[in-house]
Amino acid sequence: MQSTWLRLRALIVVFALTPAAPALAQLEVTVSRGVERPVPTAIVPFGWQGNADDAPFDVAALVEQDLGNSGYFDPMARRDMVSRPTRASDLNFQDWRIVDVDIVLIGQMTQDAADRYTISFQLFDVTRAEQLLGFRVSTTSAEMRSTSHQIADMIYEEMTGIPGIFSTRIAYITEERFSPDERVFRLIVADADGFNARTVAESSQPLMSPAFSPDGRQIAYVSFEEQQSAIYVQTLRTGSRQRVSARVGINGAPVFSPDGRRLALTLSLNDGNLDVYTLDLSNQVLRRITQNSAIDTEASWSADGEFIYFTSDRAGSPQIYRVEAEPGNRAQRVTFEGTYNTRVRVSPDGGTLALVHRNQSRDRIALLNPENGFLNILSQGQLDESPSFAPNGAMIIYATRDQGQGVLAAVSTDGRVHQRIASVAGDVREPVWSPYARP
Amino acid sequence: MMNANKLLAVAAAAILVAACSGSGTVPSGGSSDGGGVAPGGGGAGGGGSGAATSGIGGGGGAQFIGFDGEQPGDAEVIRNNLVIYFEFDSSEILSEFNGMLATHARYMAVSPDVTVRLEGHADERGSREYNIGLGERRAQAVRQILMLQGVSTAQLSTVSYGEERPAAFGSDEQSYSQNRRVELVYR
Repeated sequence: MQSTWLRLRALIVVFALTPAAPALAQLEVTVSRGVERPVPTAIVPFGWQGNADDAPFDVAALVEQDLGNSGYFDPMARRDMVSRPTRASDLNFQDWRIVDVDIVLIGQMTQDAADRYTISFQLFDVTRAEQLLGFRVSTTSAEMRSTSHQIADMIYEEMTGIPGIFSTRIAYITEERFSPDERVFRLIVADADGFNARTVAESSQPLMSPAFSPDGRQIAYVSFEEQQSAIYVQTLRTGSRQRVSARVGINGAPVFSPDGRRLALTLSLNDGNLDVYTLDLSNQVLRRITQNSAIDTEASWSADGEFIYFTSDRAGSPQIYRVEAEPGNRAQRVTFEGTYNTRVRVSPDGGTLALVHRNQSRDRIALLNPENGFLNILSQGQLDESPSFAPNGAMIIYATRDQGQGVLAAVSTDGRVHQRIASVAGDVREPVWSPYARP
Repeated sequence: MMNANKLLAVAAAAILVAACSGSGTVPSGGSSDGGGVAPGGGGAGGGGSGAATSGIGGGGGAQFIGFDGEQPGDAEVIRNNLVIYFEFDSSEILSEFNGMLATHARYMAVSPDVTVRLEGHADERGSREYNIGLGERRAQAVRQILMLQGVSTAQLSTVSYGEERPAAFGSDEQSYSQNRRVELVYR
């Protein structure tokens, strides 16, 4: 058996917002429906060599949780394991064949210094009795969660061919209501599994429409803190922010261009008519992209930045249109099925559109192939909204309702996996998935 | 919603102008109306936990003192009729609101120092930013009617909260019908 040992350093945590923030889970992700035949998987508890009796963190448990919640894996319960090998030499494939396990992960954690650990792990294909992955990772106790997510990412990619998203983050808006006039709105950024939730902004007036910059370092959002809407761009690491648009009328729906240099946004200016504009963030040059007496809003850039998709009710009911991202171009209608299609988001590869589709007075998340017009309804709710693609393009997170409360959910773009995302944070909405973190 | 439940304090303009905050040009963090956003990363927990919820403008203690050309009942109309409701996905002003809007217009037309903020709202159905558009369209529809009846542009400002500040919190038509509205906020 041949091992391929590589060195891998843990990624830097980008959103070090409050140094002493406790690792609380504000959201709890569970898989409500997985694929028909998830991969039978055994994640064996890792071995431990160090000063304390127990390892500082149960890496295998978090890897197991990530893979299980993805819907593509069926992890075996620990109590059902016949043996618990931690080294390849102790692994007996027959132990796993008899319980119909396809892949086995084993590993060990070794303490190198006071707060320096090495995690080694190997993933094996049971039927072929061969190693699929073998890595060694250097990490610290503060980085144990992100290291575990990275291990899960590698296994996920090895088995599905799709990059994992366990190391990404999500942003969302929460609202706590104490009375009709007494409410607190928060913009939160959390790990994709709901842990490390940190408040990015907090206000007694509405916060809306968060959008990550393409490098994941900044977030744009709408705030009514001055009794009028305004758009802010905030650097997550430092918390410093800039008010980029507080023009008369509406300042809404900000989204970064793929190169991060421009924002598309919605303004109404003096005449109260909403149109889509672009704002160059380096020189503040504002350009009007749509010019129509209808409501034009909710821009989303094409993957190459050449086009802007948006919602318009110029034909009576709201539909999705597409226009070149330069002034003076005619928009083309994109959606034709149904009387109500809004809040479009372009997939990371640019090939498909996620949107809110109304059908028999239910608002649901649908996926549209703009080439052939094929519309595929993915979600099952009554008031589903705000779809956002994961950076691998394989999952969509969205907002839905559960017993009158705003909650989040996620669905795979092939419709096979559904996740429930329970919250302890009051009304939760407007989720956005971060891009891949860049060191 | 907040002002609709309070006694309307329409008054000689001087009082109100003093209480009025600028239209979106207040420097960040300097807002006087309790809407302060605290960027995270600064002080403990982002601050602002007090969640101040003062009304917008609305000078306390001021009172309606009548106006030239006032007709019997006008004072009651102006005090008690501050919300216009709309049909689903519509910004058309229903005929039942023509009378009250005419009364407000008559008062404002002869009280050039009085300003009113028109706050447009939508129900929760539909996407959030599109609903901001619907709320704005409703506020603009009310603005147009008031201007046609002699109110000056300078007396009127609009804001749309879309579905972000509902008056009723249920997910049923009864709540929705209360949320599709424009509130007249005298300042």
